[in-house]
Amino acid sequence: MAIAPSIAAPSDTDYIPVKRPFSFGRWFRATGWRHLIGAVMVVFSAFPLLYVLSASLHPGGTLITANGLFSQIDLGSYVTLFNLPQQPYADWYANTLLIGGITSAGTVFLGALAAYSFSRMRFTGRRAGLLMLVLVQMFPQLLAVVAIFLLLNGISDIFPAIGLDTQIGLIMVYLGGALGVNTYLMYGFFNTIPASIDEAAKLDGAGHARIFFTIILRLVAPILAVVGLLSFVGTTNEFVIASIVLITPEKQTLAVGLYQFVSQEFSSNYSVFAAGAVLAALPVMALFLWLQKYIVGGLTAGSVK
Amino acid sequence: MMTTPGTGHDRAQIVAAKRQRQASRIAEAASAGIKVLLVKVLVLGIVDAISVYALFVLFAKQDWLVFGLVLVVTVAVNWIYFRVKGLPAKYLTPGLIFLLIFQIFVVGYSGYIAFTNYGTGHNSTKDDAVSSLILSAQERVPDSPTYALTVLEQAGVYSFLVTDPDGDISVGNADSPLKTVTDAETDGSGQAVGLPGYSTLNFADIVANQEAIAAVAVPLSDDPNDGSLRTPDGSAAYLYLSDLVYDEAAGTMTNTGTGVVYTEDPSQGSFVAADGSELQPGWKVEVGLANFAKAFGTDSIRGPLISVTLWTFAFAFLSVATTFALGLFLAIVFNDLRMRGRNVYRVVMILPYAFPAFLSALVWAGMLNPQFGFINQVLFGGAEIPWLTNEWLAKFSIIFVNLWLGFPYMFLVCTGALQSIPGELQEAATVDGAKPWQVFRLIKLPLLLVSVSPLLIASFAFNFNNFNLIYMLTNGGPRDVTAGVNVGATDILISMVYKVAFVGASRDYGLASAFSILIFVLVALVSIISFRQTKALEELN
Repeated sequence: MAIAPSIAAPSDTDYIPVKRPFSFGRWFRATGWRHLIGAVMVVFSAFPLLYVLSASLHPGGTLITANGLFSQIDLGSYVTLFNLPQQPYADWYANTLLIGGITSAGTVFLGALAAYSFSRMRFTGRRAGLLMLVLVQMFPQLLAVVAIFLLLNGISDIFPAIGLDTQIGLIMVYLGGALGVNTYLMYGFFNTIPASIDEAAKLDGAGHARIFFTIILRLVAPILAVVGLLSFVGTTNEFVIASIVLITPEKQTLAVGLYQFVSQEFSSNYSVFAAGAVLAALPVMALFLWLQKYIVGGLTAGSVK
Repeated sequence: MMTTPGTGHDRAQIVAAKRQRQASRIAEAASAGIKVLLVKVLVLGIVDAISVYALFVLFAKQDWLVFGLVLVVTVAVNWIYFRVKGLPAKYLTPGLIFLLIFQIFVVGYSGYIAFTNYGTGHNSTKDDAVSSLILSAQERVPDSPTYALTVLEQAGVYSFLVTDPDGDISVGNADSPLKTVTDAETDGSGQAVGLPGYSTLNFADIVANQEAIAAVAVPLSDDPNDGSLRTPDGSAAYLYLSDLVYDEAAGTMTNTGTGVVYTEDPSQGSFVAADGSELQPGWKVEVGLANFAKAFGTDSIRGPLISVTLWTFAFAFLSVATTFALGLFLAIVFNDLRMRGRNVYRVVMILPYAFPAFLSALVWAGMLNPQFGFINQVLFGGAEIPWLTNEWLAKFSIIFVNLWLGFPYMFLVCTGALQSIPGELQEAATVDGAKPWQVFRLIKLPLLLVSVSPLLIASFAFNFNNFNLIYMLTNGGPRDVTAGVNVGATDILISMVYKVAFVGASRDYGLASAFSILIFVLVALVSIISFRQTKALEELN
C-alpha cells in the first residue's frame, strides 16, 4: 500500500474516516479469493449429490443416461422403487428407522446411566472403569464380526427369537457398543453441570432416581441429542454386522438391501437405485442440518479441553 | 484430619459422621417414591421371567455352561438392584451386561475360533458329521420292501406314518427314528392314514411341498448304519442304505462300494483315507496354531497379507493427512470475519458429511464407472480410464473419494479449534513483528494440534477399519488372482477378514479370526504408541 505520501504530507484531513472507493483488487486480496475457493468447494461438495438427484429423476434411467444432468424430470423411478417384487424397499426403510431409532434411544439411555455414575459418584474401580471405556472403544465390534456371527448362531439354537436373522439380535449387538466413546462424550458434558444442583435437589428430598431423570437428563439434553444422532447415523451406515445377521430380505436394512440391489443390477437400473438413495439420505441429512450446531459443539467439546 | 487419632473428640466425630451417613441413606431410600419402586419391581420381574424361561430351555437342552452363566447373571442382577447400597452398580449394570457379552466376550471368542478349523465343512460336532456323511451317501436298496406311506405334519415338521409289508404301523421323522404306534386310524386295507395330534397331508399339499418331503429321511433305528426311509412320490417309502458304514469303536468310515477305509483324524477333524483323500463334511476341532502357520507360512497367503497390511496403514495415514490438510486449509480460508456468506459455504461443505457414507461410496462407484460413469464420459470426453479396476488408479480413487467424505469433518473440527485460540496471541505476535505465516506456523498450528491430535488419532483408527468405503467402492478389487485367499489390491485388513469369512463358497472362520487377532495386535500397538504421545490417559480424573 502506498503509505509514503501520507508521511510526506501529513494533514488532518487524512485521519477523517471516509468510505474508501470500491477497488476490485483490494476486495479480491481481502475476501474475493476466498469466494473463489468457496465456489470450487461448493461444486466439489454438492456435485455428487446433484448427480444422484438428477439420476433419480430420469425415467427408466441407466448409468449412461444419468450423465445428462436434469435432461428429463419424472418421478417414475420413485414409483418403481416401491413396486419391486424382489427388493422390499419400504420394508428396508421401516427396518432402518426402527433399528436405528431403538438402538440410538438405547445407546443414549445406557450411556447416560453410566456417565451419571462416573460423573457424580465416587467408587472403587471408577478410574479403572473409565480407562476400560477408553480402551474398549479402540477395538471396534467390527473386528469380532466372525465371533458375533457364531455367537448369534449359537443363540439361534436355543432362542430363535433373538438369534441370527432377527432384528432384536442385531439391536443387542449394537447396544454392546453403547458404553464407550458415547459415555466418554457424555461424561465430559455431565461434569460441566454443577454438582450444587444435585445437592440442592437432595436437600429438597429428591432421591437419586428423581434427580437423574427429572433434573440431570434435562440439563444435558444437547449432548443426548448429539449422541443419539451420531448413534442413529452410525447404525444407518452400518453394513458389516447387519449384512451377516439379517438374512431374509424383508428384515434387512437400507445399507444391506441397497448394496445388494446395486451389486445385482448396477448400470441397468441406476435411476431406481438413485431414487432409493435420495429417499434414504433425506431424513438423515435433514436431522443433521437441523442439529448441526449441537454436533459441531459436541465434536469440538471432545477435543478442546 | 488434623487431630490425633484415638482422642475422645475424634471418636465422637466419627460416630456423628456415621449417624449422618445412615440418616442420609434412610432419607434416600424413603424418598425414592412408590412409583420408582413399582417400575423397578416390574422391570426386574420381566427380566427374571425371561431368565427363568431361558433356564428351562437350557435345562432341557442340557447346556450346563450357558445355564450356569444365565443363572449367575440373573442372581447378580437381582442382588444389585434389591440391596440398598452399591448405587453406582445400579447405574452401570445395564450397559455393562451388553458390553461384556457383545464386545468383550466376542473378542475372547474370536481368539478361541482362531485356534479351530471352524468353517465350511467343519462347522459342527463329530456326531453331526457322521450322520450327515451317512445320510448323503444313501442309495435306494434294490428290491427293498415297499412301505405304504402317509405324510403327517405337526408344527411345520413332516413325519412319516408307515405301514410295513407285515402290517405293523410306525411313525418317525428326520430327528426321531421310527417307533411303533397303536392308536393310528386305518383304512379298509389296513394302511394307516392318520394319527391323533398330527394333520394328514392331502395330495395337493404333497404336490405343493414335494421337494421338502423328498428331502426327508427317517432313520429306521438309532443306529445310522441301519439306513432310513425316503419317498420319491409321497405315497410309498423305500429303504435307503448308505454306502458308508461307520464303526464307532475303530473310528473308521468304510465305503462298502469301493472298499476304501477312511480313518478318523482328530487333528484335522475329518475322516481321511490312506491316499490322503478326505470325506466332507468334517467337524470342528482345535488345531492350535495351524491358522497362524497358514497365514504366515503359506507363500500365497503371506504375500497378500503383507501387502494388505501395508496398504491398510498407507490408506489410513493418507486419509487422515489429506482430509486434515484440506479441512485445515478451508478452515483458515473461511475463518475471516470480513467475508460474507460464510454460512452458505459452510452448510454446502457439510453436505458430504451428512450424506450417509455407504450411499456416497455407491454413488461414486457409479460416477467412476469406466464405461458409463460421469467422470469418464463427460469430464474426460468418453475416455475409458479404469478408475476402479487398475491397481494404482483404484487406490487413488479410494483416497480421493475418502477426501470428499472426510474433509467436512476436519473442516468443522479445525474451525472450532481455530476459534478457540485467543485473539490476543495473534495480536501480541503481530506487535512483536511476526508475519502471518510465522504466526500460523509457530503459534496457531501447535495450539491447534494439541486440541485436534486426539481426533486425528481417532480418525486414523476409524479409517484403519473403514470397511464400507473399500467394500462398496471397489469391493477390494482388482482381485489378486495369484493369492491363496479372496483378496484384492485395495482390500484392507478388515475387508479381507470379511471376505475370507463370509464371501464365496468356502468360508474359513478360523483363518478369518486369526487375521482378526492380527488386527487386534496392530490396533493395540498403534493405541499404545498414540497414548504415549497424547498423554490422554493422564488427563482422566
